[in-house]
Amino acid sequence: MNQVNENSSHSGSLKVEDLYFSFSEHSSSAVDILKGVTLEAQRGEITSIAGPSGCGKSTLLYLMGLLERPGSGKILMDNMEVQNLSDRKRTIARNQLIGFVFQFHFLIKELTALENVRLPLLKNGTDRTIANQISSELLDDLGLKNKVHRPAYKLSGGEQQRVAIARSLVNSPNYLLADEPTGNLDTQNSQAVFELLLLMAQKLNIAVVLVTHNENLAQQSDQEFRMLDGEIFT
Amino acid sequence: MLCLEIAWRFVIARKRPMILSLLGIVFGVSFFVITQAQTSGFEQFFIRTILGTNGAIRISDQFQDPLGTVQKSGKDGKVKFIFHSREDALYQEGVHQPDLVRVALMDYPEISGVSEIIEGTGILHTGSRKKTVQINGIRWVDHLQASDLNGQIIQGTIDQFASDQMGALLGSRIFSRLNIKVGDRIMLQGGTGTIHLRVCGVFETGVSQIDKNRIYLHMGNARSFLGHSAGGSIFQVALNKPELAPELSQQLQNVLNHRAVSWQEREKVWLDVFKALRVSSGITVSCILLLSGLGIFNVFAISVIEKTRDIAILRSIGFSQTDVSAIFLWQGAIILVAGILLGSFFAGLGTYLISIIPLRIRGIFSTDSFVVNWDLSHYLLASCIALIFVSVATWIPARRASRIEPAKIIRETI
Repeated sequence: MNQVNENSSHSGSLKVEDLYFSFSEHSSSAVDILKGVTLEAQRGEITSIAGPSGCGKSTLLYLMGLLERPGSGKILMDNMEVQNLSDRKRTIARNQLIGFVFQFHFLIKELTALENVRLPLLKNGTDRTIANQISSELLDDLGLKNKVHRPAYKLSGGEQQRVAIARSLVNSPNYLLADEPTGNLDTQNSQAVFELLLLMAQKLNIAVVLVTHNENLAQQSDQEFRMLDGEIFT
Repeated sequence: MLCLEIAWRFVIARKRPMILSLLGIVFGVSFFVITQAQTSGFEQFFIRTILGTNGAIRISDQFQDPLGTVQKSGKDGKVKFIFHSREDALYQEGVHQPDLVRVALMDYPEISGVSEIIEGTGILHTGSRKKTVQINGIRWVDHLQASDLNGQIIQGTIDQFASDQMGALLGSRIFSRLNIKVGDRIMLQGGTGTIHLRVCGVFETGVSQIDKNRIYLHMGNARSFLGHSAGGSIFQVALNKPELAPELSQQLQNVLNHRAVSWQEREKVWLDVFKALRVSSGITVSCILLLSGLGIFNVFAISVIEKTRDIAILRSIGFSQTDVSAIFLWQGAIILVAGILLGSFFAGLGTYLISIIPLRIRGIFSTDSFVVNWDLSHYLLASCIALIFVSVATWIPARRASRIEPAKIIRETI
């Protein structure tokens, strides 16, 4: 994984080439979800993928985030092929290189905002004091200074989403994969979250891949893709 | 430690089911220990009493045929085969050349005391009452080395017996039945005639069969009364490590050419009864732990279903399958450790309370309270059984949790 990190400093993109994926688990005939998708998301930019429900955009995101394995094709993180990494290396990559933000926040409700945010840091062996400091600062940056020790379930929807973003950024990832992060928020909060992602992409030089239904947000991104029936269009 | 921390938060967030799971372990462990303490308490009491009364090994009759030869002859009178075996060998009553046997026995470093005993029966008369008794003629100094007789005397003293050549020590149940006092004169009939004795003391072993039948006389008196001027005696042997009695008795039998019986062989029936009781109660009480294990399995299986989303989150931020599994195993470990600690505390408390309950038993044993055995192995055994059940109960859900596909869960949630 260190090799991946070293490579990442030379060039900066998350790329998929001719990616295929199909479901065949519960049916005799396979259902093709992705049909030769190719795209590249640059560091420091927001790349949006828009499209109707069921077109395969979330699946594409999970493949890029190494949560699933493609049927064929390549996934390149800073020009390094990662689609065939072992489970152990994929797990490390998810911890150190990739940040996820989901529509439903996906915080662990038994933990406080700070405890949720610091999880990836503690997982990679960061000292607890340092992890607390980094996480607190990040929450502070995201306007949650007074909510640091509040249990996740006591936060509002917008606050929870910001905590989820903080958690995805806490390990300084190279790639941030956001699956409908504003899907559960009102217009004002949606715009705020998008601007936050844009700021982080530029400030931290992260490649943000944003899956969204929101046409307005898609149009504001640096690069916009559309998906339909498993195929991608610019 | 991170997995343990998350596990702890998951446990305290689900108080009710976790407390119920914990109670199952607490009850299981405490009941297991308490029942084992009782059954093994009575067993240990019996063993202590038997060793203190009849010794670890008893050496009795001499083999008539030292080689135990068995030969088979054909119809023509010719010997077909010969082999040597102690089975079916005939005996000569009593120890042959007791002085030599005693010297030989004292050479064994494992042996802590040897007492020669002459046994027989007689009828005890007090004038108004009589009772058939088993006579044990002893040399009191030797017998104290090979028994707990001194500690078993509840009235009178061993010194009174030692200083009175016509003295007798009576079992407590004989004493009660004949309604006499220490110092009274009694008459022993049978054998070669009648002798007059003085009651010097009363002993209580706790084993009813002994307390209601046995009396101790001085060796000389017993020999004279029973008409055995020499020989006919047995040896009671005490060991430093009574558990070694079976091996040593076998060795003594081969070397001395006398029948040597260990206490384990002698009391096999009772020991088997105790063992059966202990195993039976252990199995019965283990069912509580089994049921609590099933309860824990249920709680954790539901927990995995409830936590699929959290598992997906953890997997997406870099927790491995092993980490996810560890979080659930740690939850089981927290319940297990807390259950064992609390269970052991209540087990100790319960055992103590039971030991002070006044309970007069006058059957096979004589005791005035519950006899309990404080044995660390009971706690360890209960902990091991709980560990097995809880491990299985948590391992299966933990394994299932680790196999959850995060993408599938996230997709289904959306």
